[in-house]
Amino acid sequence: MDANMEAINRQTWKQRMKYYKRTPLSFVLFLLVCVSAVITVGVLAMLIGYILIRGIPNLNPSLFAWIYNTENVSMMPALINTILMVLLSLAIAAPAGIASAVYLVEYAKRGNRFVEVIRLTTETLQGIPSIVYGLFGALFFVKALDWGLSLLSGAFTLAIMILPLIMRTTEEALKSVPDSYREGSFGLGAGRVRTVFRIILPTAIPGILAGIILAIGRIVGESAALIFSAGTIAAVPESVFDSTRTLSVHMYCLYSEGLYTDQAAATAVILLLIVIAINWISNFVAKRITKG
Amino acid sequence: MDTSKYKMLQVREHIMHGLFLAAACASVLAVGLICVFLFANGVPAMAEIGLFDFMLGTKWKPGNDIYGIMPMILGSIYTTAGAIVLGVPIGILMAIFMARFCPPKLYKILKPAVDLLAGIPSIVYGFFGLIMLVPFVRNNFGGDGQSILTASILLGIMILPSIISVSESSLRAVPESYYEGGLALGASHERSVFFAVVPAAKSGILAGVILGVGRAIGETMAVLMVVGNQTRVPDSMFDGVRTLTTNIVMEMGYATDLHREALVATAVVLFVFVLIINLAFSLLKRRGL
Repeated sequence: MDANMEAINRQTWKQRMKYYKRTPLSFVLFLLVCVSAVITVGVLAMLIGYILIRGIPNLNPSLFAWIYNTENVSMMPALINTILMVLLSLAIAAPAGIASAVYLVEYAKRGNRFVEVIRLTTETLQGIPSIVYGLFGALFFVKALDWGLSLLSGAFTLAIMILPLIMRTTEEALKSVPDSYREGSFGLGAGRVRTVFRIILPTAIPGILAGIILAIGRIVGESAALIFSAGTIAAVPESVFDSTRTLSVHMYCLYSEGLYTDQAAATAVILLLIVIAINWISNFVAKRITKG
Repeated sequence: MDTSKYKMLQVREHIMHGLFLAAACASVLAVGLICVFLFANGVPAMAEIGLFDFMLGTKWKPGNDIYGIMPMILGSIYTTAGAIVLGVPIGILMAIFMARFCPPKLYKILKPAVDLLAGIPSIVYGFFGLIMLVPFVRNNFGGDGQSILTASILLGIMILPSIISVSESSLRAVPESYYEGGLALGASHERSVFFAVVPAAKSGILAGVILGVGRAIGETMAVLMVVGNQTRVPDSMFDGVRTLTTNIVMEMGYATDLHREALVATAVVLFVFVLIINLAFSLLKRRGL
């Protein structure tokens, strides 16, 4: 039906141009809109183009050597650390985020004041700049809890940072589970806990997964929050209390040392590729949801 | 069902309810801890330096124990204002394009493109600014290229995705009848979109802009690489400045004692700015959509 309606309204270019001659303002608005679209896409293309052109010639196998030293600033330890950091942060944030979303959607009664408070705090968390998180990590996890500059301090800092993201996406996913599923489960005599774990969470998995993948993207891209909480040691940590540098921090260090711009460019390419891959996967998973 | 098994189940229900509730408290706890630790470490320094000297002082000389963050406050405001001037019109127009003008096939390319723009790490943006924007500004406007203008352009790009996605969803939430009513009154497609649909979505668009402002003022790494970082009150937009965020990241590594606390106090000022912006965002969102 929709397609038919559109067909009725379709104009040819000639008709359109004639129309624009009568109302020049419409034409100006149309142009403005198109120009801004071209600018946005152009900027993205330029950004990706520049990073690739500058970085790809500097990519070589020695950058992926196992050991980092000043002669060969390998990004391999940073890559491994990034994976460790992602796993550890998710291990902390994902259960907490999913469980609190379950509380908000399945347990809390409508109009509960506490729910309002939680919403307000998650919105606050979402807006806090990453450098403030980093400073908090330095004050609380590194100093007050005396964990030092470490993988653990960094992971907890990032976990707080991605908590609102996971909460929000999980909430959306839970809300999109039809009420008939819950009614059916209750009707068969299942309790609330069983309904949540056997019926609702399995149905909502694609949505939750899409949120977690987005969170991975944020962890991979984060640098300001990690410098003062996880530190900048370029080696694979032996325990969670050792300092680590992720790929983004690695790139920052290369830049700030001033000697390794080429290697920083190569790192930028890798980061960009990771982010593109993550976005693609998240889109793919999200499409699965709409298909049902 | 025998009663002991039923009781077991009920206990399990209560335990899980408690666990979910505890998890829900995590975010409240996190915000509480962040506030307590920032204020406890920052406010004493403000008191020691003197609130007015700290906020309004135009000299930042940690070596001489002079801590005035006015240059950084101005730096943050100028770069953010520049980002708004450059990013907001393009962002809103792009949102209008995506919601009302672009054919579905093009949308399938544009949407992931905007998402990608949101996902690129700030350090990569900074690097792009360094190798592309800094030489561009240096060659066209003089100076050494690391300036308010450069940071504004970069931030203008970085806030695009926030503005676009929030504005687009609020434009899509406007009932179709607004648009059709415009057409029925004889307005062109463009006129009905701009003068019927856009005004109806204005609070959502404003929320998107505020979200962008929050992102611009809190941005650290990208700004660090293009803004010059001189602690002075700038004379023109081609001067380098230092923002609140870059002040922290540059000196935190080696700062001790009062210097360190002054940096935390800088974060407190930034935090309060962001809280105000957030509050505005929440209010608008509640009222508007």
